[in-house]
Amino acid sequence: MKRKHKESLTSIAILSPSIITLAIFVYGFISRSVQISMLDWDTFANFMRKAKDYVGLENYISLFTESRFQTDLWNTLYFTLFFIIGCLAIGILLSLILNNKPRGGYFFQNLYLFPMAISFVVTGTVWRWIFAPGRLPNNPRGINLLFEQLGLQNLQWGWFTSTNSFLGFNVALIAVIIAAIWQYSGYTMAMWLAGLRGIDQQLIEAARIDGASKWQIFTKILFPIQKPITLSAIIVLAHVSLKAFALIYAMTGSGPNNVTDIPAVYMFEATFRSNRYSTGSAIAIVLLMMVGLLIIPYLVNSFKEE
Amino acid sequence: MDDKMTTQEKITRYAVLIVFAIFFLIPMYVLISTSLKSFSEVSINTMWQLPSSISIEGFKEAFAKLAPNVLNSFYLVIPATLFSAILGSLNGYVLSHWKFKGSDTLFALILFGMFIPYQSILFPLVQFMQTIGLYGSIPGLILVHVVYGLPITTLMFRNYYQDVPDALTEAAKVDGANIFSIYRHIFFPISIPSFVVVFIWQFTNIWNEFLFAVTLTDTQSQPITVALTNLAGSQVVEWNVQMSGAIITALPTLLVYIIFGRYFIKGMLAGSVKG
Amino acid sequence: MLFRKSMLLSILLMVALLFVSSFSAMAQNGEVEIFSWWTGGGEEEGLNALIELFNENYPNVEVINATVAGGAGSNAKAVLKTRMVGGNPPDSFQVHGGAELVNTYVETGLMEPITGLLEEWGVKDKFNQQILEMSSYEGEYYSVPVNVHRSNIMFYNKAVLEENNVEPPTDLASFKEALAKLDEAGVVPLSLGDTNKWPATQIFESLLVSTLGPDGYNGLWNGNTAADDPAVREALVHFNDIMQYVNEDHSALTWQDATQIMHEGEAGFNIMGDWAEGYMKTLGWTPGEEFGWMPVPESEGTFIVITDTFGLPKGAPNPENAKKWLKTIASVEGQDTFNPIKGSIPARLDADKSKYDPYLTSAMEDFAEDTLSPSIAHGSAAPEGFITALNDTINEFITTGDVDEAFENFQKNHEEYVQ
Repeated sequence: MKRKHKESLTSIAILSPSIITLAIFVYGFISRSVQISMLDWDTFANFMRKAKDYVGLENYISLFTESRFQTDLWNTLYFTLFFIIGCLAIGILLSLILNNKPRGGYFFQNLYLFPMAISFVVTGTVWRWIFAPGRLPNNPRGINLLFEQLGLQNLQWGWFTSTNSFLGFNVALIAVIIAAIWQYSGYTMAMWLAGLRGIDQQLIEAARIDGASKWQIFTKILFPIQKPITLSAIIVLAHVSLKAFALIYAMTGSGPNNVTDIPAVYMFEATFRSNRYSTGSAIAIVLLMMVGLLIIPYLVNSFKEE
Repeated sequence: MDDKMTTQEKITRYAVLIVFAIFFLIPMYVLISTSLKSFSEVSINTMWQLPSSISIEGFKEAFAKLAPNVLNSFYLVIPATLFSAILGSLNGYVLSHWKFKGSDTLFALILFGMFIPYQSILFPLVQFMQTIGLYGSIPGLILVHVVYGLPITTLMFRNYYQDVPDALTEAAKVDGANIFSIYRHIFFPISIPSFVVVFIWQFTNIWNEFLFAVTLTDTQSQPITVALTNLAGSQVVEWNVQMSGAIITALPTLLVYIIFGRYFIKGMLAGSVKG
Repeated sequence: MLFRKSMLLSILLMVALLFVSSFSAMAQNGEVEIFSWWTGGGEEEGLNALIELFNENYPNVEVINATVAGGAGSNAKAVLKTRMVGGNPPDSFQVHGGAELVNTYVETGLMEPITGLLEEWGVKDKFNQQILEMSSYEGEYYSVPVNVHRSNIMFYNKAVLEENNVEPPTDLASFKEALAKLDEAGVVPLSLGDTNKWPATQIFESLLVSTLGPDGYNGLWNGNTAADDPAVREALVHFNDIMQYVNEDHSALTWQDATQIMHEGEAGFNIMGDWAEGYMKTLGWTPGEEFGWMPVPESEGTFIVITDTFGLPKGAPNPENAKKWLKTIASVEGQDTFNPIKGSIPARLDADKSKYDPYLTSAMEDFAEDTLSPSIAHGSAAPEGFITALNDTINEFITTGDVDEAFENFQKNHEEYVQ
């Protein structure tokens, strides 16, 4: 018993550098952000005075009534939705093809995955150049120029400069979504592929002998088996989309009428560009809560399973 | 299974694979062909054409501008990767084989740090780094990346060590080995593959990171990702230089991917929380 | 074994890093840390020339040139603020005269007054007095202005205007006619690149001067003009009219892109601060030959000013050396060293005009005679909170075209951040 006790102490001693730093850097700083978000530190002078006048949820309320933040929330919703759908559709399709081990499959697999190794900053820089629309119709640039050279003028449009929207979906986001899908669909493919390789082939053979079509095999067998993996992928992708700061920052910025703005960009501007520390912190906490809503049930669930 | 497929099916499959290959290669094509153009040849109107002759003017200028930042990134990434891996390995070891009351809760609390949007700690972090005198310096950035890298490295090592049977540690204990010697003689030697995976994962992530890099540095300590946005942000810089700069930024992690692809994928799958 | 090796390696690396970083911070006998965001184009060379001049006069003082690149100064401002708040100021730093200095650092008690120094050096009356006023607070001066840019200036491609029989406009009505005429001819009437938002705000501030006049405009910041003045609404209406004539892809472009459109002969007009003049020269144009300039219509007689200044923070590690730096940049020699290279005009009125090109000479004349107004977009008129709020308002307004909503937002922002 004594020995056990000593062992625990040693264990804790080994963990302590990590525990202490994480306690400060994660939990301490989050508490501090929560505190700042409830103060009136929206000017440099107030911040300097370190005035502790709590305003409660006032910063949150004014945030949610602001048109920029409302746009940000819509953008986050649609961006996350289409980004996940796109990554899943492309990733699953490619993994199904590659699972059959076609000749050259290894090459294609590596090709689809390489964007994962690249920084969002690089991705943003390149896609910004590709999607810069130019002045239509006479001076197209980027992909619009390519369309012209291919005789596909009717595909030309304003890409991330477009201010059109449909049911709250700012179509300018399409350009950003394509860039993000480019970066992450290989990831979904790799996850699915890893799962598919663990599936017993006899199961599929048996279904085939019973006369199941390919579509049926996919929907009735593969997809249910792969559900946990798909769920993991969705969680990770949703998480990426909430954090897509670097991509937007390097590619489009917040755009005309905030059509490509997201909370992370607004938080950065509010805190580091306009001295609105409390507003910035409130945005950060809203972001945290959105991630929390997503992650905590998932974490609790996976721990229970263990 | 291939043999059961009709020719038509095969063609369709390859068509799909090739269409997506093109999609994935378009940005690379633009990057590489533009970066190899000479200043006189860079023009919006010819952006989709290959360079008429290969020029490294763009690379020369980009490298002249970015070389200090590339060095900064290496100074940052190497120690940060090493420290976070070593600490993660020790944490993972303790949390998988020396469990104590509350250790699972502790693990969950550590893990949470991996999911937070870093915006939620950013402003207090900046103030804190200023207070301890590490703001604007590479050692400061190393500290930040080590701390926020701990959850993922701990998770990766814990999952790896969990497959080591408890009987092994128990037997060693009977022989009188203690927590440290068991790590040194049993766990450390078998975790080389895991270290490779974690190194690659951390190297890639820290190299590519932008948010901390832009908020915690000054010009003398800016890593490459920030320098690239500055370069690309000023449109006075020609496109061949910008694209060369983007390639320089991407090259180290791409090389790691090409050389260690298998481990990279392993890390990616492990990093995504067990499915 | 490998464990020990990697451990050893990382410790060695860490030590090496700490060594390198502390090396640069090691205090030598005489040094002065000058903080700025002058990292590109002519400004970097201008700063280097200033440092050279400083070292000629004070060979024993080493200048630590601390710059932060990125975001047209916004990265630097964030770093500076963090350092100032943390009690770790540089010896002297670049800051736009006006609210950016006074509201942020003077009112919060972080700066030393330098009125006495200006008198001691006998330079106080050599400056344009209005510009010194901008950096003053409760009767004391707090910074030395080193250069001056103008924001309410409009450039035009002479050939494009000639080809389309368009005369340089004389007022807003004729300006809009000219824009319409160019539009019909199929060229971009007014080129704009507002991906960073402020270029659009800058056009709006010029129009505010056009409708309010300099006194009315300046009154917005000292409480003499109400934010609901009808002239503010009028400026929004003009702004909306003019925005109908900008290039469609404006939100994907920077101000340099917009200048290039005009340079390539595809646009007639371009409204941008006069740093664009320096950029056009690097593109190979000669002022007065290929391009002409004029104040934004109906803002003649007002000079919207953006001035880079340097001050003396409280707790500067080397205040005596910082004063030497301030003395250098306040001298006519210092001003005439920096400005021709940077492409700006001196804040002193006794500079040597022969060192400046035709555009800058004309700007110097206007600067001496016009009423000065502070720029909103560049931080001189109002606190940073107001600027970003106005940037957002204008950014939304360009898309919605809703004058009343923009007018309302303007008043709301003004009430929240200015009064």
